[in-house]
This record gives sequence, structure tokens and C-alpha cells, in this order.
Amino acid sequence: MTTTVSKDSTATRKRSISTAPPSMKVLAVKILFLAIVDAVAVFAMSMLFFRGDWLVLGIVAVTTLLVNIVYLSPGLLPGKYLTPGLIFLAVFQVFVVVYSLYIAFTNYGDGHNSTKEDAISAIVLQNTQRVEGSPTYRVQLVEGPGGLGLLATSPEGEVLVGTQQEPLQPLDPGAVTLDGDRAVAAEGWTSLQQQDVLQRQQEVAALQVPLSDDLADGFLRTMDARNAFVFQSVFVYDEAAGTMTDTTTDTVYADLGNGQFETEGGEVLGTGWQIVVGPENFLYPFENPRFGGALLGVAAWTFAFAILSVGLSFFLGLFLALTLNDPRMRSRKVYRVLSILPYAFPSFLSALVWLGLLNTEFGFVNEVLFGSANIPWLTDPWLAKFSVLLVNVWLGFPYMFLVCMGALQSIPEELTEAATVDGANGWQVFRGIKFPLLLVSTAPLLISSFAFNFNNFNTTYMLTRGGPRMEGVTENVGHTDLLITLVYKTAFEGGNRDYGLAAALSILIFIVVAAVSAISFRQTRALEDLH
Amino acid sequence: MSINIDPAAIELDAEPGRRHAPQPRMSFRKWVRELGWRHLIGIAVVIFAAFPLVYVLSASLNPGGTLTGSNALFRSFSLENYVDLFTDPNRPYAAWFANTMVIGLVTSAGTVFLGALAAYAFSRLRFTGRRVGLLSLILVQMFPQLLAVVAIYLLMRGISDIFPVLGLDSQIGIILVYLGGALGVNTYLMYGFFNTIPTSIDEAAKIDGAGHARIFFTIILRLVAPILAVVGLLSFIATTSEFVIASTLLSSNDKLTLAVGLFRLVSDETNSNYPVFAAGAVLAAIPVMALFLWLQKYIVGGLTAGAVK
Repeated sequence: MTTTVSKDSTATRKRSISTAPPSMKVLAVKILFLAIVDAVAVFAMSMLFFRGDWLVLGIVAVTTLLVNIVYLSPGLLPGKYLTPGLIFLAVFQVFVVVYSLYIAFTNYGDGHNSTKEDAISAIVLQNTQRVEGSPTYRVQLVEGPGGLGLLATSPEGEVLVGTQQEPLQPLDPGAVTLDGDRAVAAEGWTSLQQQDVLQRQQEVAALQVPLSDDLADGFLRTMDARNAFVFQSVFVYDEAAGTMTDTTTDTVYADLGNGQFETEGGEVLGTGWQIVVGPENFLYPFENPRFGGALLGVAAWTFAFAILSVGLSFFLGLFLALTLNDPRMRSRKVYRVLSILPYAFPSFLSALVWLGLLNTEFGFVNEVLFGSANIPWLTDPWLAKFSVLLVNVWLGFPYMFLVCMGALQSIPEELTEAATVDGANGWQVFRGIKFPLLLVSTAPLLISSFAFNFNNFNTTYMLTRGGPRMEGVTENVGHTDLLITLVYKTAFEGGNRDYGLAAALSILIFIVVAAVSAISFRQTRALEDLH
Repeated sequence: MSINIDPAAIELDAEPGRRHAPQPRMSFRKWVRELGWRHLIGIAVVIFAAFPLVYVLSASLNPGGTLTGSNALFRSFSLENYVDLFTDPNRPYAAWFANTMVIGLVTSAGTVFLGALAAYAFSRLRFTGRRVGLLSLILVQMFPQLLAVVAIYLLMRGISDIFPVLGLDSQIGIILVYLGGALGVNTYLMYGFFNTIPTSIDEAAKIDGAGHARIFFTIILRLVAPILAVVGLLSFIATTSEFVIASTLLSSNDKLTLAVGLFRLVSDETNSNYPVFAAGAVLAAIPVMALFLWLQKYIVGGLTAGAVK
């Protein structure tokens, strides 16, 4: 490698001394990359423009401008090297943390997924009824750029077309093909054949084409793909009062500031919208003591799990390093290679392998080792905790074994010899010299291992999914749940996803991790100063 | 995407330099007292460490298709489960495998590139905010991406509305998310290695008329190849094992990664799907273990020999 470099430099030295201008090739590559970035940015900006997302549009515009400035102006070298990584870091690492903080203060989740306008139209659309005695429209299902639509012929013979998003609009009679008194095709629209209609039955049944811009006027719906009737929503939204009225019962639902329509009596419409709710998510455990208690249990187990995992694997690893590193053992290399196998095995598979081994009815451990016993390794609260720890130690001890072995080897032999000369026995040498030195050199690794296990999602979730479930708690909380698996389950599992609460829980983890790292790094510095 | 591996540990696996003089033969009783128990412990540990892996291998070769049948180790031999793995359209294993490789390789290549660029800037250029930048990288990296999984999911859902290609259920999308973790520990690791390369090499090249890009791409990158391999390997292993973000962002069956696909396969129906899962696990583990063992030598060689002396 060194020789290539020197050859290169002698060759260039002969050519010139002054700084050469950038070659055409480099310039071309640079411009090509910038062009791609700009094209993508311009496309994104135009999409954002149509959606009216001014804030994001502004951010994208400023970023694109900065990128162009950095790469087109001479100088600004650090910028040229740092910008690509920093953009990714800013969006997917820093921004998402800030965004988590924001979500934690909202009611974002199932039933509160979107804006108030979306919620209103969803409520109106989801609760329609056929209007008694309404006229029958003859229809043909068509497809256009806006999706599935209805080509409708009114009883008066007027031909109209519309989709879920675009209300019915009259068509120029010249652009329509008629079959008797029913329009069957129109320019710019593809007519659906019988078998297409059958295939897309559900879509067809759900299709509601508004009669006009005002949703209260009603919709056209078809059941048989030939005849359509006017449907009107049971719910009417009163824009002036901001209330939703159920016309069948004349119940009035109002927006009381909770991101949903509700009556004074506490009746709530299922579809709400997203609002900022303040510290409500953070107060939730206090207002629901059972969940609060469960959360405390989870937090305690998270700490216990992380500490025990690190401690047990460290001591097992250290014990093995001391035991198997005897130079007189000829086979120690074999033991070493075989016992670090779990470390080389992909970690996401390990828990799944153990899932089979520990299966209650059919697993190897119960069937063969315990003679067909039915020990609930993964479904009993305490045994499940034991199993998760066992698997995690299996995963973690080879790393500790390697680390301890290296650390022990790096301790100078003279220290041991001096102590032995002074009359110390083997245990005293270990206790007084080797162990403290070992701790100093491995402390940072132990701390990062703790931080890793504190959020060790894979082992727990893949083995037990956090279960068995705690009794008496309505939320899905299990006995082996870690805080991070609880975040995941709250946000992505079950029928009631609650992003707000999940984000609040993850903020809790942020605080714990930050505190632990701050304290422990100070501690390690103290350790290092001591020695 | 926290990486729980320290390259120092890999290096440590090399044999210590010193050799001990051959010991005189000891009596059997002394052997039992001083070495015999060590062998017993060694054997026990090897069984504990290796048995689950042997079990998976055996289960994958066992026809019959249930967990119960897998308990008789190596009683019969058949490739039925492997064939099953590639023929059932309900579990597109080949697609999962390809997805995992593509996502893993692109992410690790991207991580290496972005990290090397940043490390070069921090190591060779002097600018205001350099120290603060380095420190904040360490700080940011303390918070693994998976803590913000809710926000990542909602962000990607928002991007889906504008750019479906980069949003949910897209491989490009998930690679972009993973690249968010490219700077940080990796940069720090590389920064340390970049610093070991004497700046006189840069200066000589500069005098010879090479620009910064030429110095970086043709000289420095070659000299730091060992650390690039380490970071690439760590990033590849971390990405292919990642479950949380992949399981929230990817949804269609043929777009899953191995971690998500195999988890869904075996956690739904542990008993009946286990042998097929075992076959899938064996095939998935082989490249990672091979890469690990192969690159381990390279890394040890690279770190100890040193490209620059």
C-alpha cells in the first residue's frame, strides 16, 4: 500500500507543482449529483405546494439552497464533507426525537389520526342512508385518473360523472355513448366490464359520489352496478355552530376541545381528530393507577433485566476467561471458538431458536430434558423472566468472554509476579490487582452494554412479546415487558393504537438513558483518575 | 441501531504473542486437580453455547414438519424443509433474503461512505464548531433510533403521501432511515483511525498538486481500508438484525426482511412452522457467520499489520 502511494506522488511531482483545476470528470459527477438532488427537491416542493404544507416547503427549499451553495462555491470544505451525513442525521435522528416530543403532547392515535375536516367528512360519509322515494339513476361504473367513478344518467336524461372526491358534473352529450336511455361510456373514462365489477365488489359497494360540493346534499350509491340511489348522511355538520347533528335521533354532538364530537352526556362519535392535549399523556399513569402500577413494574424489570444481563454475562465471561485461558490446556482454542458461536450467530434468530427449545408442549427442554413435563417457560410470569434472562446471557456471555480475555492478557505479567513475590496467593492477586485493572478497562464496555440491554427489544419481544399479560390492567402490559417493548405495543399492537402515549413513554426512556449515561460516564472518569 | 460490538474485542481473539515453554508431564491426580475441572467447565460451556445451534441444524434436516419431530436429533436426514422454504408462496423466503441483503449492503455501503466523509472532515480540516460537532455526535448516538420509532413511523407515513417510493413499505425509505444512524459511533471510530495516518502524506500530495477530493478518494480511503471494513461489517450486522423499525415500516409480505418475516412465520405457529423456520435460519445464518469469520481475519490482519508504518 505504501509503495503505491509513493509511486503516485513521484509521478505527480514531475507533472506540476501548482494546484490543478478540478478535472472535467469530477465536475461532471458533481453537477450530475446536484442535478438529481435538485430535481427530487423541486418535485417534493411542488407536491408540498399543492398540499399547502408551507412550513415543510420552506424547510426543503432552504435546505436545497444550502446544499447548492455548499457544493457550488469554492471553499467551504468542511461543509462539502459533512453535509450528506448531517442531512440524514438531522432528519432521521434529531428531528424524530423532537417530533416524538411533539407527539407526546398530542392525542395522536386510532380515532385521532387526522385533521378536523377529514374527521367531519369521514363521519358524514360513513353514516349514509337511502333517501325514501328518491329518484333512480341508471349508472355505469367507470375509471378515470381520479379513481373509480360513476357515469350516471338522471331520470330526466341528463348525463353526469363523478368520483368519491369530485362531485357529479354534467357531461357534454357529444362525449357520451348511449345504450338506450343509459350512458355506457364517456370520453376520458374507461368503462368497467361485468367481471371487473365483480372483482372489485367491495370498492364498488363503498363508492359514494357526492351530488354537489355540499356533502349535505347527498351521494349516489349503487348496489348492483346498474342502478344508483340518492343517499344522505344521518349526520349533518352545522358549520356556523360547529356541531354535528344525528338527524335520526336529533342528538347534537359538539366539539368540546377534546378532539372529538361529543354530547354533554358523554356520548362520543368514533372518529375524532388530532389536537394538542398538553401533559395528558404524561399524567395518564397517575390518573389510571392500575396502569401506573404496571408501568412501575415494567420500569423496575427493565432496570433489573439490564443489570442482571450485563452482570451475569460479565461474570460468566470473566469466569470462563480465567478458567479456559490456562496456557497448559492444549484444547483451549477449541473451547474458545465453540463458545463464541452465539456471538457470530445473527442475534435476531437466537431468540426464535430458543422459542422452539422452550416451547411448553413440544419444546426440547420440556420433552427431553425434563421428561415430557409441561413447564410453562414462557407463559409463567417468573419463569418467563428467567427464560428471557437465560437467553440474553446466552447471547451476551461470548462477548464478555472475549473482552475479559483481552483485558486479562493486557495486564502486565510483572504486576502478578511482583505480588506473588510479596506473598500474595492466587485469589489475592486476582482480587487486589487483576480485577480492579480489568474493571477499569472494561467499564465503558459494561456501560454501553447496559444501555444496549436497557433497550434490548429483540430478545424480549421475539421470545415472549412481553407476555404473559398482567391481570387486572386494561392496557396490554406484560410481565416481561421492557419499556421499549411497551412503547412498541402501545403504538403498533392491538385495536387501539395510541401514538401519543407511546411517544410519552419513549420520552421517559430518553430521560432515563440520558441520566444513566451522564452519571456513569462521570463515574468511569473517576475510576480512571483513581488508577 | 446500537452496535454492541467493539472491534477491540475482535482483535483480542488473536493469539497472544508470547509462547510458553512446554510443561513437563504431570501426574494424573495433579492433572485432574489443576486442569481436569477446567476441561469439564469448558465442555459444559461448549454444550450450552453450541447446543441451540446444533438443534436448529438438526430440526432443519428433520422431515415431518413439526417441533415434536425435531426433538430426536439427527434421527433422519432430508432437505424437505429447504425445498418447502422456497416453494410456498405464502412465505417468500427468497424475497426476504434478497431484501435483507439489499438493505444491509446498501445501508452499510452508505454508512461507510457518509462516515468516512465526516471523519475526514473532523480529522483533517480545522473549522469552528469542530469540537462541539464531535461531542454532539457522541451525545446523539446515545439515543438509538429505535427509541423514536413512533415518530419515524409517522414521519414516513407523512412522506408516503408525497413520495410513495420513499415512504412506508419501501426499501429505499427504510435505507434512508437507517442512514440517519450513519454518523455517530461509526464516525468516531473512523475519526480515531484517520488520525493515525500522518498528515505528511496529505501535505506531500497537496504539494504535488492533488486537490482535496483526490487526496480523499485515492489516497486516504485506501489507507483506512481496515476501519472501513470494520464499520461496514458492524453496520451490516446491525442492519440485518434490526427488527423494530423494519417491522413498523414494511408491511407487504414480499417486502419484509428476514428478521420480520421469520419472526412472523415462527411466532404465529411455533409448532408447525418450526422446521421450516429452522431451515430458513440456517440459510440466513451462514452468510453472516461466514462474513464474520472471514472478515475477522482481515480485520485482525489490517489492524495489527497496519497499512501505514
